[in-house]
Amino acid sequence: MSRCVKRLGKWVSLGQSKRGFSTSTIQKDGVENGVKSLNLYSAINQALHIALDTDPRSYVFGEDVGFGGVFRCTTGLADRFGKNRVFNTPLCEQGIVGFGIGLAAMGNRAIAEIQFADYIFPAFDQIVNEAAKFRYRSGNQFNCGGLTIRTPYGAVGHGGHYHSQSPEAFFCHVPGIKVVIPRSPKEAKGLLLSCIRDPNPIVFFEPKWLYRLAVEEVPEDDYMLPLSEAEVIRQGSDITLVGWGAQLAIMEQACIDAEKEGISCELIDLKTLIPWDKETVEASVKKTGRLLISHEAPVTGGFGAEISASILERCFSRLEAPVARVCGLDTPFPLVFEPFYMPTKNKILDAIKSTVNY
Amino acid sequence: MATLLFRKSRTLLLAHNNHQHLQNKLALLVRTRSRSSPFVNYCSNSRILPSSSHPFLPSSSRYESTEAQPQLEDLQHQVTHHDDQMIDFPGGKVGFTSEMSFISDTSHIRVPCYRVLDDDGELVNHTNHVQVSKELAVRMHSEMVTLQTMDSIFYELQRQGRISFYLTTSGEEAVNIASAAALSSHDVILPQYREPGVLLWRGFTLQQFAHQCFGNTNDLGKGRQMPIHYGSNKHNYFTVSSPIATQLPQAVGAAYSLKMDGKSACAVTFCGDGSTSEGDFHAALNFAAVMEAPVVFICRNNGWAISTPVEEQFRSDGIVVKGQAYGIWSIRVDGNDALAVYSAVHTAREIAIKEQRPVLIEALTYRVGHHSTSDDSTKYRSTGEIEYWKMERNPVNRFKRWVEKNGWSSEKDELELRSSVRKQLMHAIQVAEKAQKPPLEDMFTDVYDQLSSNLEEQERELRQTIEKHPKDYLSDVPL
Ligand SMILES: Cc1ncc(C[n+]2csc(CCOP(=O)(O)OP(=O)(O)O)c2C)c(N)n1
Repeated sequence: MSRCVKRLGKWVSLGQSKRGFSTSTIQKDGVENGVKSLNLYSAINQALHIALDTDPRSYVFGEDVGFGGVFRCTTGLADRFGKNRVFNTPLCEQGIVGFGIGLAAMGNRAIAEIQFADYIFPAFDQIVNEAAKFRYRSGNQFNCGGLTIRTPYGAVGHGGHYHSQSPEAFFCHVPGIKVVIPRSPKEAKGLLLSCIRDPNPIVFFEPKWLYRLAVEEVPEDDYMLPLSEAEVIRQGSDITLVGWGAQLAIMEQACIDAEKEGISCELIDLKTLIPWDKETVEASVKKTGRLLISHEAPVTGGFGAEISASILERCFSRLEAPVARVCGLDTPFPLVFEPFYMPTKNKILDAIKSTVNY
Repeated sequence: MATLLFRKSRTLLLAHNNHQHLQNKLALLVRTRSRSSPFVNYCSNSRILPSSSHPFLPSSSRYESTEAQPQLEDLQHQVTHHDDQMIDFPGGKVGFTSEMSFISDTSHIRVPCYRVLDDDGELVNHTNHVQVSKELAVRMHSEMVTLQTMDSIFYELQRQGRISFYLTTSGEEAVNIASAAALSSHDVILPQYREPGVLLWRGFTLQQFAHQCFGNTNDLGKGRQMPIHYGSNKHNYFTVSSPIATQLPQAVGAAYSLKMDGKSACAVTFCGDGSTSEGDFHAALNFAAVMEAPVVFICRNNGWAISTPVEEQFRSDGIVVKGQAYGIWSIRVDGNDALAVYSAVHTAREIAIKEQRPVLIEALTYRVGHHSTSDDSTKYRSTGEIEYWKMERNPVNRFKRWVEKNGWSSEKDELELRSSVRKQLMHAIQVAEKAQKPPLEDMFTDVYDQLSSNLEEQERELRQTIEKHPKDYLSDVPL
């Protein structure tokens, strides 16, 4: 298996652990066409093909999606499904999301692309005040549950302020929308299909560093992975690590190194940030007695803070050390200082050790 | 010294008189300030019938005055019939009509594009333009050549992997340089990202451009942003920000400050055709009109926003027609004609400052290069189209022909200039590439005016991590 991710100039193999990033939840009996080795953008592309193919009332749109999108995720869709269902929009994020809400409210699946998560903010009002409250404010007479907003997020090594951010926490503060982040090609396909078909508006953040670099065997058929279900992707007994998206690859490396030093780490992929699967994390922390959370977004007010507080409420008496957070720093995402900003493997490893030795 | 040359054509005056006549006859109590404008010749109709007064008026009155006449006469006929009937609406009286007619989406005739030089670099007949002296023309030409040379060398540099990103102004050199030449250095610039020529004109050195692209310790932005995100307080040039169109309403705020301070300067902001779709563009135009802010909006309509052609960006007749809806004077110019751009911007600046009002300029040009080094534009547009604009409509060649025809410069001068700029750039690149990166402390400063306690703590912890894991931090950032 060629599951390799290039991070911080080094090649990190993701295939070393027993379970790696394979998805244990796939129903194997659904596989008809077999599996194919795919990178993450191709897996997204496959999911979009399936979504458009299986529901004639589904639409894909956003800036530059017509020719395939700046990350190639929408390649071939306009040719196959026509320009009425797959189209470029004017350069206006508030328009894209507002349009998507209206389309969804009329009973369609609106799959909107925001070119970079850094550019989602013009649409913030439409997401926070409109999409999130559409159902609630109408007493469930109306809903825009068919809306899915896909957007690439996260560091890429040279993105600077506006091509690197991880803004997921802003959206986790908004009851009424779901936030989902996949870690690998197979996960991306199954989770995206679930998001598209879920009856709630969802922001789906795609780890753009992995678009080309993460390669995985992906079933070719139509499958969905459950939302709001975290997954233990590595079992351990000394400390629980919680993360999502691209950061899991870094965390897994830290787990492997910690193991060499005799520390057994349990790694959990949260997958859905709201509403999140507290039970899985709680059960794990009750077993290990320790918790570490890691994300690229700035540590202050990040979603790690919410996980930390919730687990403290539920597991206070079982905790043997303070909850550790290894995250991005409280600065704008800086170009030349990116290696210093990032929550690296060694920062995580150090935190694992100091938490275990507390 | 530049002088204004007016074209007092019969049609223009006629149209103007007709409007006056109509206005009197209708006894429209529109709330227009009766300032006698020295620029009235440039704006044949925009102040006469604010669109808000006539929701059902055929829209084409905004076009060439001769074309507008029949429709205005129609209106005159309709409304005089009911001239005692008016709705006294907040903001001004509105006449009634019994005719149900919708304003059409666009006129059959597109707003013409103002030009001074034809494609061969010949002055077109009867042109009204602001004179450009020999000295200024030679400098404009040489700065365009410098910009071209910088673009081609930096682009190569990125291809070689020595800088992480680049985008060129290729095809848009005239909009860059001629607009810069028409402004005063006191005018405040809020750029998009494809206007480094304005900064070049203002004296930002090739060395400074190179420093920014390498993100080294001499970069005024302290290595924090991607290449091409230039900015220089000294040159009244706000730092480039990637999010599209955000600079536009900011420019109105900046202009309002100049207005309040009684400065003889305006704010000038640039954007692309794609930017005009963002909410910020519309907010900016509306604010500018309502606040009567001395701001000049220069929209580089270069046909493409990454892969999205203008037909998929907006309908009706492009950007110039949006001005009137907001109550802003606007003009469409040939963006590949440096003299036309110069004249339009020079005049717009005077209008903005003397009349304290905004002006919108739509410059028709073409993005000859890929969107950026992350793009391959042959995926979505024909090479024929690119070649046409690169060769037949090349703005630098056109201007050069005019300059050479005047005997102000020669082919030999240009070759010498190109090779000298090349040498300067090679040297600048060497220096910038060798220079140290900004020190680590620059990561934490400027988040706020002073280092906050959380950042102090994070810097301390980071330094401990670096000490523990020096191999993770082999970057050339001094610690
Ligand atoms: C708010 C926002 N959305 C999307 C982008 C991504 N993006 C960068 S440039 C660009 C196209 C801009 O086109 P235009 O305004 O016409 O300028 P041009 O590049 O043609 O000069 C897009 C969509 C962005 N930078 N900001």
